[in-house]
Amino acid sequence: MSAVTIRDLTLGYDRHPAVHHLDGRIEEGAMLAVVGPNGAGKSTLLKGLAGAISPLSGAVEMTRSDRHAIAYLPQAAEIDRTFPITVFELVAMGMWRRTGLFGGLSRADRQAVDQALAAVGLTGFEARTIGTLSGGQLQRMLFARLLVQDARLILLDEPFTAIDAKTCADLLDLVRRWNAEKRTVVAVLHDMETVRQAFPQSLLLARRAIAWGPTDEVLTPENLLAARRMTEAFDDHAGICAEAA
Amino acid sequence: MYDALIGPFVEFEFMRRALVGAIALSLGGAPVGVFLMLRRMSLMGDAMAHAILPGAAAGYLLFGLALVPMTVGGIAAGFAVALTAGLVARFTMLKEDASLAAFYLISLALGVIIVSMRGSNVDLFRVLFGSVLALDDPTLILLAAITTVTLVALALLWRPLVLDSVDPGFLRSVSRSGAPSHLVFLGLVVLNLVAGFHALGTLLAVGLMMLPAIAARFWGRDVTALAAIAVGFGIASGYAGLVLSYNMETPSGPSIVLMAGVIYLVSLVFGPRGGLVPTYWPARHREA
Repeated sequence: MSAVTIRDLTLGYDRHPAVHHLDGRIEEGAMLAVVGPNGAGKSTLLKGLAGAISPLSGAVEMTRSDRHAIAYLPQAAEIDRTFPITVFELVAMGMWRRTGLFGGLSRADRQAVDQALAAVGLTGFEARTIGTLSGGQLQRMLFARLLVQDARLILLDEPFTAIDAKTCADLLDLVRRWNAEKRTVVAVLHDMETVRQAFPQSLLLARRAIAWGPTDEVLTPENLLAARRMTEAFDDHAGICAEAA
Repeated sequence: MYDALIGPFVEFEFMRRALVGAIALSLGGAPVGVFLMLRRMSLMGDAMAHAILPGAAAGYLLFGLALVPMTVGGIAAGFAVALTAGLVARFTMLKEDASLAAFYLISLALGVIIVSMRGSNVDLFRVLFGSVLALDDPTLILLAAITTVTLVALALLWRPLVLDSVDPGFLRSVSRSGAPSHLVFLGLVVLNLVAGFHALGTLLAVGLMMLPAIAARFWGRDVTALAAIAVGFGIASGYAGLVLSYNMETPSGPSIVLMAGVIYLVSLVFGPRGGLVPTYWPARHREA
């Protein structure tokens, strides 16, 4: 069964396509890596899957319940690190869908937050304010919030960038655990080693899909070269795409 | 000692009324001020206070110094400016501070023109600096009502407000409550500024809202603590300001705001969270 079906999807800004006529399916429980050069539309694709931007044309299809159970970790989370809030409270915000606007945290919810903090190695940080965390600790905290969100579809945009090797390995273990729990994970990644090790499926994107399938068939030298040939700049005078019909 | 600190409130009803008014203003206004500060909108309070002027002035022009028309006018003008500025910020590329500056300048100019069409210097003084020593029953009830509405609304909106401040992207990904809760919050700002306007006047209405909140930043660990500390600071400045004003015969509104300013300056120097002394002359460090 597929978790997400992408139909002739074009996403972009000011009518310029960043993801161009993409078709494909993400199976339930898949581990899909999205790779490609800068400006290939990787982050845009994740925003589109998360519903943060609307398609210029085409559609992202998923069941209604799935659409409400997406956990999305953006590339540069817009977190105001000077805001006086404790690590526990920020992670507990992941409970939003159960607590809603007003509901309180039950004892079980508090335990779930504690367990998530333990899983990312942040036990003892509960009462720290987020401004006192290092970059790696902050990313661990955001993963704890993803754990608490308990989502079926998890979207990660460059989750391991600028993070030490130990943290990276720990967080990658969490991603593998999600996969074992039959959750669907889509991650934008730069490190091909990580992709080859942990992600059976890959999408090589250069606005259009260069290749989509088993990782070792996608990450071939020919495909990577083809992806690198993509021109980065938008052309302000580009005509209307004939496929846009 | 008793004569200076407690006597005036036992002896004079207007002093008790002023104190009750200051407490009501602090209870509602200070937590709103905390959120304004945390959302980097500290100056917005000041801008909004000016934006209230044309509405209150229109009420004054038509009905004289009367509670209801000036309140209604002030709320209407404040809401109009807050909502327009908020909507412009949400739906265009203009940031909130820029759109707010534009709208409040327009309304300030309008307000001054309306005031100049009628009015004595005494009335003008009262509009600008308030009349905390002349709070009558209806005004006190209005202040208490605004405080009640504010506290209930803040209790309901607490989670989206905190999340919209600390991680707006995450809030958007889980809920659509960001924009509506922001608009309700702007409404609370206007209500509390109108309350402050009656007691402290246009120019000082933000005093009890922002100064205690900013001072609390040097003491509190999280938002809840900040709000509680800010309320305490507000009430303390209300009391100290009234005592000062009674004993030194200084104008009461400015005395209250000045006391809040003193609390801020002390916090700035000695506050344990980022105050000057703890930052530059730190205590001996720990082992781990």
